[in-house]
This record gives sequence, C-alpha cells and structure tokens, in this order.
Amino acid sequence: MDRQKIKTFLTLGLVLLSCLVLFWGEQYLGKFSTRVLNLAAIFVILGASMNLVLGFTGMFSLGHAGFMCVGAYVSAILTMSPESKEMIYFMEPIISPLDKIHWPVFPAILTAGLVAAFFGFLIGFPALRLRDDYLAIATLGFGEIIRIIVTNTISITNGSLGLKNIPPIKSLWVYWGFAIATIWILKQLINSSWGYAFKAIRDNEIAAEAMGIDIFKHKLMSFTIGAFFAGLAGALMGHLITSVDPTMFRFLFTFQILLIIVLGGLGSLTGSVIAGVLVTVMMEVLRFVEQPMNLFGLQIPGIPGMRMVIFALLLLVVILFYRQGLMGTREFNWDWVLDKVGVGRRKEKGVGVDG
Amino acid sequence: MANPWQNSILVTDNITMQFGGLKAVSNLALNIAPRQIVGLIGPNGAGKTTAFNMITGVYKPTSGKITFDGNDITGLRPNQITELGIARTFQNIRLFSSMSVLENVLLSKHVRLKATPLEAILGLPRYTRARKRHIEECMDLLEQVQLADVAHEKATSLPYGKQRRLEIARALATQPKMILLDEPAAGMNPQESLELMEFIARIREQFGLTVLMIEHHMEVVMGICEHIVVLDHGETIAQGTPTEIQNNQQVIEAYLGAVDESA
Repeated sequence: MDRQKIKTFLTLGLVLLSCLVLFWGEQYLGKFSTRVLNLAAIFVILGASMNLVLGFTGMFSLGHAGFMCVGAYVSAILTMSPESKEMIYFMEPIISPLDKIHWPVFPAILTAGLVAAFFGFLIGFPALRLRDDYLAIATLGFGEIIRIIVTNTISITNGSLGLKNIPPIKSLWVYWGFAIATIWILKQLINSSWGYAFKAIRDNEIAAEAMGIDIFKHKLMSFTIGAFFAGLAGALMGHLITSVDPTMFRFLFTFQILLIIVLGGLGSLTGSVIAGVLVTVMMEVLRFVEQPMNLFGLQIPGIPGMRMVIFALLLLVVILFYRQGLMGTREFNWDWVLDKVGVGRRKEKGVGVDG
Repeated sequence: MANPWQNSILVTDNITMQFGGLKAVSNLALNIAPRQIVGLIGPNGAGKTTAFNMITGVYKPTSGKITFDGNDITGLRPNQITELGIARTFQNIRLFSSMSVLENVLLSKHVRLKATPLEAILGLPRYTRARKRHIEECMDLLEQVQLADVAHEKATSLPYGKQRRLEIARALATQPKMILLDEPAAGMNPQESLELMEFIARIREQFGLTVLMIEHHMEVVMGICEHIVVLDHGETIAQGTPTEIQNNQQVIEAYLGAVDESA
C-alpha cells in the first residue's frame, strides 16, 4: 500500500474517531465538562483565525475581541424571539425591522461572520497601511471603538445592559463542527498559493512585492478572513452563555487569544488547536488557586484573578526560554507519524507543496 | 544620446531622484534594446541601486519618465511593474526564509494563477490543475538552474552562491522580459563569478531576456556586458562599449581619483 493511500485511510480514521468521541461526549459527559469543551472549541476557532493574521501573515493586529463583539451581537439580535426582545429592551425599544426578525441559529451565525468580515474590511482598509506596533495600536483602538459603539447604540444593542435569553446551543457537535470546519478551511487556505503569499509577506515584504504580490490586497484578505472567523466564534460564544454584554469583549480578551497562539506557536494551526484546548481546560482546572488555601500553616485568602498570574508566568517562561512555542511553525502531519513507526517513504517528485 | 535601436525595451527619460537636499540620481537616461546585457557601474554611493529602485517602482522618480515595452511605468507599484515583465534580484539576498527552494520559486507564479481562493480551499480542478502545472514549470526551471536536487531544502540553508542563483531563478519564474540583477557576483570567488557569467549569458539566450546589472567585479562586467553606463554621484559620466569605458579618462578618475598632472 503506498503512502498516499495510508494517509487518506488514517485521515478517514481520525474523522471517524472524532465522531465517536463527540458521540460519546454527548451521551456521557456532564453539563460542566461539555460546556468547557464547547468553550475550548470557540477558543480553537479564535486562536486559529488570529494565527492566520498574526502568525502567517505577520500583521500585529489586536482587534480580535472587537470582531467577536460584532459577531456575538449580530447573531444574538437575529435569533432572539420578538417577545424576549420586547422584554429586554426596556430603556429604548429596538428599532424596526430588527424587532420582528427571528432567524434560525445557523444562518444567523454565518451572517454574524459575514458582518464581522465586513467590519474587518472597513477597518483594514485604512489600518493595514500601517505596520508593526502602529498597526497593533490602530487595531486595538478600532476594537475598543466597536465596543463603545455597541455600548451607545441602545436602540440596536440595548447598550450596557446587554442581551439575555439568546437561544442556547448545547451540543458538542455544533461547536466542534464549526471548529473542525474552521481548521480545515484555514489549512486549505494556508497550504494554497494564497497561504504562501501570506507567508512571503511575513518573511520579506519587499521581496514579495517584487515577485508580483499585491501586498495590500493580500493583507486585507487575510485580515478580513480573520475577522470572519472571529465573528463566527463570537456568535457561538453568545449561544453558549446565552447572554452578551459589551464588557465581555474588552481588549484583555484579545490577550487571552494572543496567549493561546504564542503558547501554541506563531504560524502553526496545530499549535493553536492544542493550546486552545489546553488553556481553556487549565482555566477551569486552575480555579482552585483562587480558593482560600492553607499553605503549610499559612492562611491565604481567595484572590480572584490568581489564575491569570499563572498564565502570565507561563507566558514569560515561554517567551524567555522557548520562544517558538509548543509547535513553532510545524504542523501535525501523517508523514511524521509514519516516519516514526517506520513506514517506508517512496521518493516522490514535487511533493511538499501538497495538502 | 541618439537612439541607435528602433525598438528599445526600456527607456528612462532623464529620471531624477531627490531625497531632501541630496540628488541620489540626476537625469539618468537609459536606452536599452531587447536582449541586450547592460552593466550599470560606479563607485559606492553613485546611485546605482536607487536607479534600480526607481525602475522597479520602489521609489517614484522626482522627475522624468520611465517607459517599458511601450508602457509608461513611472510611479506604478512594484507588483504592477513585475506583472508587466520586469523582475529583479536584491543586493542583500531576500529569500523567503520559512520556505523551501521550490516554494520560493513557486511564489512567483501566484500572480499568474487565474483561480479564486474559494476554488483553492475546495480543491476544485481549475486551481489544482494550474497549481500542478506551476509546480512542474518551477521544477523544470530549477532543473535548468541546477537547483533541482535541493528543491525541498530550506532556501536559507543553501550555500551563498546557490542562494544567489535561487534569487535569479525566482525572478525568472515571474516570466519577465527583462531582469535587473543587483550585484549578482557579490561575495563570489573568481571561479563562481565565471560560472555566473556563463549562467547569465545562458539564461539570456534561453529566455530571450534583456539584462540590466549592477556589478563591481570588472571581469564580469567587461566579460558579458555589451553596453555599460557609469554613474558617479548620481551623474551619468559615461556610456559605451566595454572598450570605450575602459579607456575613458573620466571613468578612470572616478574609480582611482584624478591624477595630478603637475606632480
């Protein structure tokens, strides 16, 4: 059996296995574990999409939370029932025709992504003429602007009161379905000619432009796609916790995603997936450090936020001693696994550019 | 200077580049015929690379006009100029460090791709077929520049001479009509420079290229250039065949300093 066939076989096996795991999780996992896993799926989407912008295209953009905010609100407003809208918008009634709209969840989530992508396009147009730290500051500012607009357009977003009674989604299938689809789409994109163009811009902008690549167009494309998936993740977040308010999407949230992609490796989707799951699970596991503790006779009162200190230390250690993160720019692939178990490699011509 | 060729491929009509109070290049008038190899020489700081940067769109000339193949290219973006058929290499090698040799070359084909990103993501035939054809073309090209055996190595792991050759290969992959080489022989030993000369002459024949090169190695310049332009402090001090240039008093002075007759 040649290697290509084995790889196809293994990939199918993996898909089947993940279906079984999801099926098992759906049946036997408790409410809490399911919720943590769903959150992990959302962070996987966020990490992978931010990695496209930051790790693969080399644009230091910090506006991810802003695009999530757009996505969360769009999907929430589209899917809430007219009755609950009437009840929640008591400061100022919601404007027409939004008050009567009542969409099913899936088209609403996709629309949320598209609207976020549109915002990404609008913001990217002026901002992507900047680079490095300047771009970071500009996108950070735009992210905050989005949040402040959301706080103040009360007749659309209900302002700082937020939205409640968003139709919940509980199934692992939905969140992980979206996560797997995102990873697959981004993997296809990154291994395509466009993905190499992104990496070329990251490696050497001047050379990329001299080889005929339209830098601005490609940066805008990467940024818009990143915003699309951030919007998608934001929408899912809304349906997971069934309420949204503007304070959820402070720029600290962006740093949490940044933590994931730096831990996983800038320029590795595999790294983002692993770190996304790891960080989310650790966030929950480490809750005990915020409880009052008795440490060798020393009484420590519960300090909320202690978990973040641990992550901050972790980030410091990674940056100081292990800068490339968990995966560097490597990706998971079957060739590596097959080499390890000793399946012979046929001399192939022209590979290395395939998927 | 009168135009001895009816159909020039590149004409720069008195282009000038001014940075604040400094005139890096003033009134440069090039007139290059198709399939010619032209050398641009001059002492350090003469404005040679600035001239390259104007032609390739990195800088917009302060005044003057550049015509390439019948198109006015003054002030176009570098990528637009590349699409029209001018490719270049860099004085300090600028390869894509995260990519393999093949991927470096393959990148030049990106603009020729007529599929959409959506087709690429879904792996539709229009994209996959074009991609496959591009990979074959690039492997052929690497074969011709004798880099096929290292096609899957990381570009930056190659020895210096091969990296230079890869830069030229990458430029060739954009299917240019004209190629601008910025010090291709820099850092090469005499043997390598000799090979490079043969290589440049060969690709000119093979791809029907016009070549404009900046070079400090006089053996290389005098060996293959048919026409030489000498810059000093941004001024064009001489133009002509290698023999004319070698005997030009002003050029000798620019390179060696003026001879004080009274001494």
